[in-house]
Amino acid sequence: MGGVIRFWLDGEVQEVRGANPTTTLLEHLRGPMRRTGTKEGCAEGDCGSCTVLVGEADGDGVAWRAVNSCIQFLPMLHGKALMTVESLGARAGCDQALHPVQQAMVDKHGSQCGFCTPGIVMSLYSRAVGAKGADAPVGEVLAGNLCRCTGYGPIIEVAQGVEAEAPPAVDLSAVSDETMLRLTFEDEIHGVTRTWLAPRSLEELAEAYLAHPDATIVAGATDVGLWVTKQRRALPTLISLSEVAELKTLEETPEGLRIGAGVRYVDALDAISALYPDLGLMMRRLGSTQVRNSGTIGGNIANGSPIGDMPPALIAAGARLVLRRGPERRELALEDFFLAYGQQDRRPGELVEAVFAPRLDAGRLFKVFKLSKRFDQDISAVCGAFSLAIEGGVVTDARIAFGGMAGTPKRALACEATLTGQPWTEATIEAAMAALDTDYTPMSDMRASAAYRALAARNMLRKVFLETEGVEARVTPESAHG
Amino acid sequence: MADSAAAAPTKAPPQGVHAALPHDSAARHVAGSAVYIDDMPEPVGLLHVAFGLSDRAHARITRMDLSAVRAAPGVVLVISAEDIPGENDVSPVIHDDRLFADGEVYCVGQSLFAVAATSLAAARAAAAKAVVEYEDLPAAIDIAAARAIDLTIEASQRMARGDAQAALAASPRRVQGKFAIGGQDHFYLEGQIALATPREDGDVHVWSSTQHPTEVQHLIARVLGKPDHCVTVEVRRMGGGFGGKETQASLFAATAALVAVKTGRPAKARPDRDEDMVMTGKRHDFEAVYDVGFDEEGRLTSLSLALSSRCGATTDLSPAINDRAMFHADNAYYLPAVEILSHRFRTHTVSNTAFRGFGGPQGMLAIERIMDAVAADLGLDPLELRRRNLYGGEGRNLTPYHQVVEDNVAPQLIEELAASCDYAARRREIEAFNRASTVLKKGIALTPVKFGVSFTTTHLNQAGALIHLYADGSIMLNHGGTEMGQGLNTKVAQIVAQAFQVDIARVKITSTVTDKVPNTSATAASSGADLNGMAALNAAETIKARLVDFAAAKWGVAQADVAFTPDGVRVGGQTLAFEAFVRQAYLARISLSATGFYATPKIHYDRATHTGRPFYYFAYGAACSEVLIDTLTGEMKVTRADILHDVGKSLNPALDLGQIEGGFIQGMGWLTTEELVFDAQGRLRTHAPSTYKIPTCGDRPAHLDVRLWKAGRNVEATVHRSKAVGEPPLMLAISVHSAITHAVASVGDHKVFPQLDAPATPEAILMACEDVRRRARDV
Repeated sequence: MGGVIRFWLDGEVQEVRGANPTTTLLEHLRGPMRRTGTKEGCAEGDCGSCTVLVGEADGDGVAWRAVNSCIQFLPMLHGKALMTVESLGARAGCDQALHPVQQAMVDKHGSQCGFCTPGIVMSLYSRAVGAKGADAPVGEVLAGNLCRCTGYGPIIEVAQGVEAEAPPAVDLSAVSDETMLRLTFEDEIHGVTRTWLAPRSLEELAEAYLAHPDATIVAGATDVGLWVTKQRRALPTLISLSEVAELKTLEETPEGLRIGAGVRYVDALDAISALYPDLGLMMRRLGSTQVRNSGTIGGNIANGSPIGDMPPALIAAGARLVLRRGPERRELALEDFFLAYGQQDRRPGELVEAVFAPRLDAGRLFKVFKLSKRFDQDISAVCGAFSLAIEGGVVTDARIAFGGMAGTPKRALACEATLTGQPWTEATIEAAMAALDTDYTPMSDMRASAAYRALAARNMLRKVFLETEGVEARVTPESAHG
Repeated sequence: MADSAAAAPTKAPPQGVHAALPHDSAARHVAGSAVYIDDMPEPVGLLHVAFGLSDRAHARITRMDLSAVRAAPGVVLVISAEDIPGENDVSPVIHDDRLFADGEVYCVGQSLFAVAATSLAAARAAAAKAVVEYEDLPAAIDIAAARAIDLTIEASQRMARGDAQAALAASPRRVQGKFAIGGQDHFYLEGQIALATPREDGDVHVWSSTQHPTEVQHLIARVLGKPDHCVTVEVRRMGGGFGGKETQASLFAATAALVAVKTGRPAKARPDRDEDMVMTGKRHDFEAVYDVGFDEEGRLTSLSLALSSRCGATTDLSPAINDRAMFHADNAYYLPAVEILSHRFRTHTVSNTAFRGFGGPQGMLAIERIMDAVAADLGLDPLELRRRNLYGGEGRNLTPYHQVVEDNVAPQLIEELAASCDYAARRREIEAFNRASTVLKKGIALTPVKFGVSFTTTHLNQAGALIHLYADGSIMLNHGGTEMGQGLNTKVAQIVAQAFQVDIARVKITSTVTDKVPNTSATAASSGADLNGMAALNAAETIKARLVDFAAAKWGVAQADVAFTPDGVRVGGQTLAFEAFVRQAYLARISLSATGFYATPKIHYDRATHTGRPFYYFAYGAACSEVLIDTLTGEMKVTRADILHDVGKSLNPALDLGQIEGGFIQGMGWLTTEELVFDAQGRLRTHAPSTYKIPTCGDRPAHLDVRLWKAGRNVEATVHRSKAVGEPPLMLAISVHSAITHAVASVGDHKVFPQLDAPATPEAILMACEDVRRRARDV
């Protein structure tokens, strides 16, 4: 039996006993470890002040990723390596020799109030050591680090000049474990006994979930983390997917791509971009590097949010979902999974195992539009995905789905019907745009009004048409992503 | 040239004023070793504080049962209104901000009670166990609702010169309009926090993340029912303030202090991000209604402007904030006849407060939009229209509040910038682009900023400093200003290093603490370096004068033959190392410690008539922004911005550039993506970064050129002829809003003037495009 969380930090093995499994990594760092360089800015993974690097086994080596420690549960670190801002440079008492990215931040006047700075330093350092996703354009790498003082200029300059270096050598053997991590904790505050289970195989996982159908499944915790830090839910039993290797696989076949439920966005980006270039572009704006380094596509689907960005795109693509309950598997069309707001076709003890994304027929049009107040790292007001077969100027097949337009991600069946069999002309588009009003009755909230959602959704279809006509119809973020 | 330093005995110290030194804490910021309050080692026995909050906008509390809170695990103390020994008030001026609700709540997020427990999780969980029942009362959530029942925080104010109505009636042309200006959350990265430690005799020491330690001290004392000398408030640094920690820090500090005094244990109050956003005030949202008269050349003849604001539930600083909106409704333009009415509405929402610009941005946005509207009416290039209306010489230099503009550099800044950013040619290119492009449209605008510097409440324009020169030659510097990231401490240390002609490393920057420098004003109104820099300089000069007297007497030279130089102190023909010289002074029993004081000269103001000279001087700038919009979705990108800003003779060009660039981006956020949404029940729906979107690095324009105006020099005798820089640059972002207006207008071929409120979110832009399309068809 485990019961001990072990991780590597600055060349030493850290052991944590008796911890509350829903303690966040940030709380542990700032509390018991007194590593207060890592800051809490929002406790929901949106500001990046708490950015740290987590290393995990990757083949023979260790792959590092920048993550938001405020929404990582401490047991998720088990068997992994950690670097915080205090790991950088050489330290002796109160004196510290700065790492080159830190020195560059000083030289370029990259800090003002300094509170976001350690997180920014870690994102810059992630670029130096070739962490996952950190080779992307600067705008993408830093989109998850909010700074309220500087206007970002000096920070971008530093990021552009980061020189590559090898990350520290890490031996994970001293912290790795062959048995399932099980933690229990008496939470007096919530009056519950909390259990954390981290099965090590798909079979173990399926069994554990069948035995604890009320458990909360945790993959990257980019959503479940907030249930604790924001909603302060009790969550008596949590089952982690993160040790299940089978769920982290991407399988490319002639028919398409099978994405395991534990595959994180950053790891799927290349394969999905190859399959659906437009979706790849959208994924670069979904969350932030830190979020894409933790969050999973499976989680985005399983939570059934009406505003998740992957479901509309995958529904339009004709994706199928693989569900697993104990030893049983079943498959269904992704759109059929979403029954109503907050309700999915998932039985007790049944979990999402994989999603299958089919390869598109040659020549098929596939476009995704994500609309949000801010271009980067913002939840969509409307997300529209369009998969159209146009042969000889006639629409022969249409699959269109939207997020943010209904209580679930939902296909636009009336719109599809209006298009199908019709010539690909402005008149057809106008009719299909009007049909969207039959498909959806969106609502107003803090992200957008119903009227805007309806109008923007209609206009997205017009943009699809205009782009096929060669009209430039997108505000491309060259400064952020070019 | 290895010995060049030795060969140049009169070299200037490289780290004095005008040097681009890094922020004094920069190395600690990047290392994670700069200590913020929540980073301090927690004292033994620390209690953590959580608040119970109102979830009603306006209601009578019919029942508040806290027994379950008291019984929750880890709870040590629960306090509410009846437990306050002194006054139940944490307001800056009017005594109307309750620390804890007293029978009635006036907004969602108002504190009802506080619970102190042995852990933060325990305190938060306990707070959630309160049973509170309400009887709802009528609530006015927004400006319209408050206007309907005439609910205000004070009488409407009128600032006028000439007979605006008569001049309007006589104007060859007139345009009327109305638009809304949104508020803004400060979103300082470090939230509100205070850590209180009890001292003997019921006294208390409080670390507070505040821009105004003296006021926090005073309000804690008032809550405790004790004199100010029982309370010490200390601030080393804030993780951002922007005005949000001027009055808003008091509630947290007073609660922590009260818990500490009542329990005899240290106590920390730290709301989480959502609580912080729900509980604390924001930038005021405004409505502007205008009626402007002008001649065929576009010269304004008259302006009647009505500004209405949402002040929230209590008075806070709203009178002064709304006054400053009036003061800036002229911006850089001469208004021959003018009437500005200002209505200050009380609403049942969190009390709005200071935010970088302090009402100035709203007033300035109003007049800049009016400029765009007039230009649209005449079919003129808005920049040309702006030029024709700038303040000028005699006869065109009187503000609506009767201050003469004596330092007007806006015309030079505008011309330099227009030339360097190639405004005219780019505007032509943009118009050609817009004719050819159906979905994407571009816009460009160049707008000036003229911002009045001084607290308009005259008595606040004072500052103190304390300098100790230790016998080893090291210097301890303390002043009344607070460090929130702006680099104030660095600038003041540069001033002191310059005064003594020593390396800045000799000057220790310390925390701001009320037992060293008393009765300070808030670090606000961009005045930090002007006031505290001068106070510190005066302290340094006092010590220097004593040292000169000492040296002249000891070595028998004239006072004029004693000089502080980078190589040491020159006394007659000899030069002594600074530390050796100081040691001699100490042995001669010379006082090496001095206070310094400064009060801004020349200023006066009569609020009854809204006339006088509220401002010592004006800070100026100009910005040209270019945008690209998508007329099918409303998405927008600022593609280029060029800024020329006047900071006088810069105390520190690196820090000043940082303030300008950061201010511009923050202002851009205010006018584009940052949208505060309250629902019909008065609940803030955008209370975390997941829903409230400040700019991220991709929002920064790909081309952002920021320059200090080389010719800058304050005509007034400010410290080293510098100018304030904290707030003015925020308003450079008005050029972004104006450029979006230009882009949207192109949808209707500039036949109609777009109705574009702020913030110009994608939704606002798309709806404005739709509106322009519709109206342009009817023209």
